[in-house]
Amino acid sequence: MASLSNGHSIDIKFTKLFINGQFVDSVSGKTFETIDPRTGDVIASVAEATKEDVDSAVQAARHAFDSGPWPRMSGAERGRILMKWADLIDQHTEEIAALDTMDAGKLFQYCKMEVPSVANMLRYYAGAADKIHGEVLKTAGKFHAYTLLEPIGVVGHIIPWNFPSTLFFNKVSPSLAAGCTMVVKPAEQTPLSALFYAHLAKLAGIPDGVLNVVPGFGKIAGSAVCSHMDIDKISFTGSTQTGREVMQAAAKSNLKQVSLELGGKSPIIIFDDADVDTASQLALIGILFNKGEVCVAGSRVFVQEGIYDEFEKKLVEKAKAWVVGDPFEPNVQQGPQVDKRQFEKILSYIEHGKREGATLLTGGKAIGNKGYYIEPTIFANVKEDMLIAKDEIFGPVMALSKFKTMEEAIERANNTTYGLAAGIVTKNIDIANTVSRSVRAGMIWVNCYFIFEHDIPFGGYKASGFGKDYGMEALHKYLQVKSVVTPIYNSPWH
Amino acid sequence: MTSSMRISRLISRSLASASLLARGGGNGYLSRGLSKYSTASAALEEPIKPSIQVEHTQLLIGGKFVDAASGKTFPTLDPRTGEAIAHVAEGDSEDVDRAVVAARRAFDEGPWTKMTAYERQKILLRAADLIEKHNDELATLETWDNGKPYAQAAEIEVPMFVRLIRYYAGWADKIHGLTVPADGSYHVQTLHEPIGVAGQIIPWNFPLLMFAWKVGPALACGNTVVLKTAEQTPLSALYAARLFHEAGLPSGVLNVISGFGPTAGAAIASHMDVDKVAFTGSTDTGKIVLELAAKSNLKTVTLELGGKSPFIVCEDADVDQAVEAAHFALFFNQGQCCCAGSRTFVHENIYDEFVEKAKARALKRVVGDPFKGGIEQGPQIDSEQFEKILKYIRSGVESGATLETGGERLGDAGFYIKPTVFTNVQDNMLIAKDEIFGPVQSILKFKDLDEVIRRANNTRYGLAAGVFTKNIATANTLTRALRVGTVWVNCFDTFDAAIPFGGYKMSGQGREKGIYSLKNYLQVKAVVTPLENPAWL
Repeated sequence: MASLSNGHSIDIKFTKLFINGQFVDSVSGKTFETIDPRTGDVIASVAEATKEDVDSAVQAARHAFDSGPWPRMSGAERGRILMKWADLIDQHTEEIAALDTMDAGKLFQYCKMEVPSVANMLRYYAGAADKIHGEVLKTAGKFHAYTLLEPIGVVGHIIPWNFPSTLFFNKVSPSLAAGCTMVVKPAEQTPLSALFYAHLAKLAGIPDGVLNVVPGFGKIAGSAVCSHMDIDKISFTGSTQTGREVMQAAAKSNLKQVSLELGGKSPIIIFDDADVDTASQLALIGILFNKGEVCVAGSRVFVQEGIYDEFEKKLVEKAKAWVVGDPFEPNVQQGPQVDKRQFEKILSYIEHGKREGATLLTGGKAIGNKGYYIEPTIFANVKEDMLIAKDEIFGPVMALSKFKTMEEAIERANNTTYGLAAGIVTKNIDIANTVSRSVRAGMIWVNCYFIFEHDIPFGGYKASGFGKDYGMEALHKYLQVKSVVTPIYNSPWH
Repeated sequence: MTSSMRISRLISRSLASASLLARGGGNGYLSRGLSKYSTASAALEEPIKPSIQVEHTQLLIGGKFVDAASGKTFPTLDPRTGEAIAHVAEGDSEDVDRAVVAARRAFDEGPWTKMTAYERQKILLRAADLIEKHNDELATLETWDNGKPYAQAAEIEVPMFVRLIRYYAGWADKIHGLTVPADGSYHVQTLHEPIGVAGQIIPWNFPLLMFAWKVGPALACGNTVVLKTAEQTPLSALYAARLFHEAGLPSGVLNVISGFGPTAGAAIASHMDVDKVAFTGSTDTGKIVLELAAKSNLKTVTLELGGKSPFIVCEDADVDQAVEAAHFALFFNQGQCCCAGSRTFVHENIYDEFVEKAKARALKRVVGDPFKGGIEQGPQIDSEQFEKILKYIRSGVESGATLETGGERLGDAGFYIKPTVFTNVQDNMLIAKDEIFGPVQSILKFKDLDEVIRRANNTRYGLAAGVFTKNIATANTLTRALRVGTVWVNCFDTFDAAIPFGGYKMSGQGREKGIYSLKNYLQVKAVVTPLENPAWL
């Protein structure tokens, strides 16, 4: 039993590995503690997967793919099972939301919206399962040729801790719709909701071995997934540094296909014609949503000089009014950072910012002496060579600066190794069009931010990764293209 | 050669041949310097003699130029003078029958349909090269027969024709069917097959471009074609079709019939052996085409018909840019465009300024012999259109609209009409409802967005719309609210090979150009076969 802030408590039902349709202990018998970031206290001990457990999960997935019913049933049947899974998730919204809040320090109010939205994502891909088309081709010779889109096989998914539910389903849903089987490794900080989803998957009728969940650590379980000789594809979301290791392991083992959704240092560019009140609100949420633990956080904010002073004033007012506290409380806008390590890393970046000579407008300190709470922090006069303008901090720390011309803003926005997302705030259609096409990033939000939809492909340029999540693009990550060619004789047309 | 070099070359050549003109320098196509011409004097010059002879006046059937079965001919007229350019073989139902037989044989027996798409592509690319080589001859025929400014034909329309044929050539080997998931153990494919013999009926306002819009996708998809040109403008298509044959197009694949709608056109639309008909023209004729298709063999039909397209100028628009674009949207090609922006809606706060500038711009429009450099507007196509437009102008005056400028013919020869601007136009006036197809701009005032959306959509047509605003939210709202096939935001008449074009409501059925045009010329065949023990589904 784990306690919530309001005196209620929640029963943690699933703490073992989920392999071949069963909850099992790890081969080594080892466990690890998952921590409540509000207090640093232990929520539960969870079975820790090591290489042997990954092996048995892959074996189950391999068998389910090579001989099981999942890839052999029609897309329509797979879709129906996925729909049923989505219905079961909807019936457990509060319980799952509480697991994510407790495990990750995310706002309970938000998680209660996130869980139904992952059910909808599942339904989106359930509807796609019977719409996977290859093409019948034109050839330059007298041949009939067509393509078959086949499921790629056993997929390894490695998921981070910042959105344990959303990022579980934006990987699992399209790969299941495609007919793949899989081994999912959730983050060691947030294993609980993934295990709950696995339980519901079994109830929905997903055959044993199709979906395996192995909580554990990156260096051990994650690494075993990446270098496994019998995994056909790896999909990873996390830091750019770990992404490099994932890709190297794939290269050194069986050349499995890789898709990476990595870090960012996304710009929000606000032009003189913007409504200052709306724009400052958008920029504030752009960095503070989910305590800044978002790969697409708008961590570099560029404001045009004509409105800069007014913007800065409003932004700071709003940041000071921002409520940090227990994420189970309905009025709270920001919970604790996910763990001690992140907490300390963020504070050290803040110190760096001060030393580098940026102006600290507000925030800059930890809150209280228990848990991992940090004040909303805004630095102004940030120069491009400062660490806080270059590195992904993954916390509630904004780097604010001023610009004169659109050309300058574009150049500075692109002056980063990352290319995940960008925000543009302007009423002017020509500015919106020019900047949208000029910024080298995979997602451009014009007069909005953080808008994710099941149908909108998402993924990075440059060191932010490759391969898209969401949309029909994501489905194609989990499909192989096979060309079939045969001669034709006496065709009346060609 | 850069287009600016090309323009100056053409203009200086035109000026050189127009020896009666004293104007030197001649580098001011569309420039404001030309405003010193009064529209009247420009039109009254002796017509410039075109530099080429008409080579082809017969029907093109089965790869050969032949007379009409009846032996009949009709004169095609020079709209500058109303005099005959040439006498052209007049196709009737017997000739259509011959052309369909040739097209049928070419489709059923090959080699066109049986060669690979790659080979078809090469023929189309060679045709495009030849057309490019004969750019000036084709442009001259186009201007002579149609009356459009020579620079427009030579610098925009023939190059666009070449671009379109190359575009479709590239599609030929990329026409893909699908492999399709089934509910059970079946392997399913769709084959996209050519539809067969396509009948195509094109209008006189853009003779070559309409040829390319129709013939390009039909041939890229492997069909064979019977093309009927407009009786006003038969010449350029015969020349272009000859070049396709020089490029290696097999006999019978592309047949060209000159003739009239009620005879040759009706014969195509009701032919039992034509598998598809595509028509561009008036909404009333489109109805007849659809009816004939229904009464004969249920051939599939593509229609690109009339319009009364709104051009909406919002309060925040740059007025000077909007005036120029609205002027262009209506007066381009003598106002003879199906998508002409013929209802100019202007926000009340900028209305007075807009009207003053629109009137000034119309007064500056240079009307005259289309072979002369610097001319913006030539004659209307023929006496029938000319009279119809003048009738609409009288109706505008009678219904109480304010005639700001123009309103009458220019000179006493040919079919020239002064650029005409009406203001205080009300929605219920005939000039705000009917497609005039001439140089008559109607300016209407509006107050708010909801109102202009309602009024813009209050028409049986739905071909296109122009929207002028700097505001991204206004642009998004109007773009989605307008029930039309093309919305141009801060531009107008921007055509490109890949941009689909076609109408909502009574402006037509189907889309031409772009990937969408291929659908008009393909059948879909589903092929289903059981799978034994499939490894996956």
